[in-house]
Amino acid sequence: MAGGVDVTTFELTAMAIKLGIVLLILLHVAPIMVWAERRICSWMQNRTGPNRVGPFGLLQPLADAAKFIFKEEYVPAHVRKGFYELAPAVSIIPAFLTFAVIPFGPSIDIGGNLVHLQLADLNVGFVYILAISSLSVYGTIMASWASNSKYAMFGGLRATAQMISYELALGLSLVSMIMVYGSVSLQEITQAQGEVFAFFPSLPKWGVFLQPVAFLIFFISIFAETNRLPFDLPEGEAEIIGFHVEYGGMKWSSFFLAEYLHMTTAAGFLTAMFLGGWQMFPGMYTAIVALGLEGDALYWTMVGLRVLSFAIKVMVILVFFIVVRFTLPRFRYDQLMHLGWKVLVPIALVNIVVTAYMISFGWL
Amino acid sequence: MLIKRETGFLQRFYLLEVMKGLFITTKNWLFSKNITIQYPEQRRKYSPLFRGQHYIKTTNGVENCTACMLCPTVCPADCIHIEAGERADKEKFPVRFEIDILRCCFCGYCEEACPKDAIKLSGIYEMADYERRVYDKNFLLIQRGSK
Repeated sequence: MAGGVDVTTFELTAMAIKLGIVLLILLHVAPIMVWAERRICSWMQNRTGPNRVGPFGLLQPLADAAKFIFKEEYVPAHVRKGFYELAPAVSIIPAFLTFAVIPFGPSIDIGGNLVHLQLADLNVGFVYILAISSLSVYGTIMASWASNSKYAMFGGLRATAQMISYELALGLSLVSMIMVYGSVSLQEITQAQGEVFAFFPSLPKWGVFLQPVAFLIFFISIFAETNRLPFDLPEGEAEIIGFHVEYGGMKWSSFFLAEYLHMTTAAGFLTAMFLGGWQMFPGMYTAIVALGLEGDALYWTMVGLRVLSFAIKVMVILVFFIVVRFTLPRFRYDQLMHLGWKVLVPIALVNIVVTAYMISFGWL
Repeated sequence: MLIKRETGFLQRFYLLEVMKGLFITTKNWLFSKNITIQYPEQRRKYSPLFRGQHYIKTTNGVENCTACMLCPTVCPADCIHIEAGERADKEKFPVRFEIDILRCCFCGYCEEACPKDAIKLSGIYEMADYERRVYDKNFLLIQRGSK
């Protein structure tokens, strides 16, 4: 597999199809999320939300996109042109790249050839996600600095500080996961989560049950990583409007697209690490066995259900992102730093020590 | 007044309070009814006393107005202009009857002052227009009523 020495036509075709599907889905996540966000927010506030364009207002994002495309490409006179134009691209490319290592299904067997439902099974595993997703802050900083505006620069400064403080907690919470699973490959971690607890066989060994504290820290950190409320200080709509204050039209909406892509990747990452990835929900296997499927039918139903399980888990997390956004107020800057450095990092460190002890005593 | 509340031990962890908040918003999302209405299709029911777009009431196709000039006299916005005249079937009638709708404040005094029940305010409140209109007699003679 590695090295690309004997790449067959079959592998190339499979890779092309996978790439196409994943890219298509990722590109469609943002418009659907925009719609879902507006609808859910309005339902929470006893409103109706956009319901005019298309069925249930589903074509609203399309109308928005058309508006953005036909808007005047206005570039303020005081910006640094080159970096200003570059920044949206710099922020959107890492957002697309990160999804590559997330397994959205098991390895499937097509006529003797094994196809991994994952774009790239890198040996560095999720470290790749951490590396690439930290790159996305460059887009933010570049946008804020090139904008040559005080408010944009404040947004960029906050983004930097926030990314640094929360990436640490994120990484530390993942260290305990590496200790438990002994691997950084998300495919292997997902496979390991298919087992069940010895004392309670109907409970799968998902990361959230093995490492609830790490799960909590990770969950809080990805809110900060994706710049979502309650940690959307870089944007800060109410006070500084944020790092993209000087942007308009399609350039602005590509920052938006990047944010939603980050959310999707973060949700996929969380699912793969803690919620069993593509492992089926408890009870699904019993159900399809009870249906009496056998052989190929059973195999393909299981593959389908596993991909479906992954999709459902990711969607639930994404909806949770939205619900949290319209529930919690934003953190103040000092509160954010307090939570990051004085609460999450120490807890993550203690969690690592406790996990190490538990592993050495053989409890995990 | 600033009320300082004591933060309890459990509240300091914040997580439980977050859960409570999420519960409230989710409950609102899933179970509460919308209080907004879908305007052009659904409309609120206004009182029959609502004062909207003007019209001049007619009986058997003849306007009730006798050009007595009470309404332009009482009008605080000074937006009604009447020119009286004479014709075969009617001793006195308005040759011109104009309401400068941009100046009208919809106080309804004209309606109250009218002895012939001629000038009336309908229930129509959608009066947006592409030009700055002065309602002339022909326009005012359209019978509107309350909608």
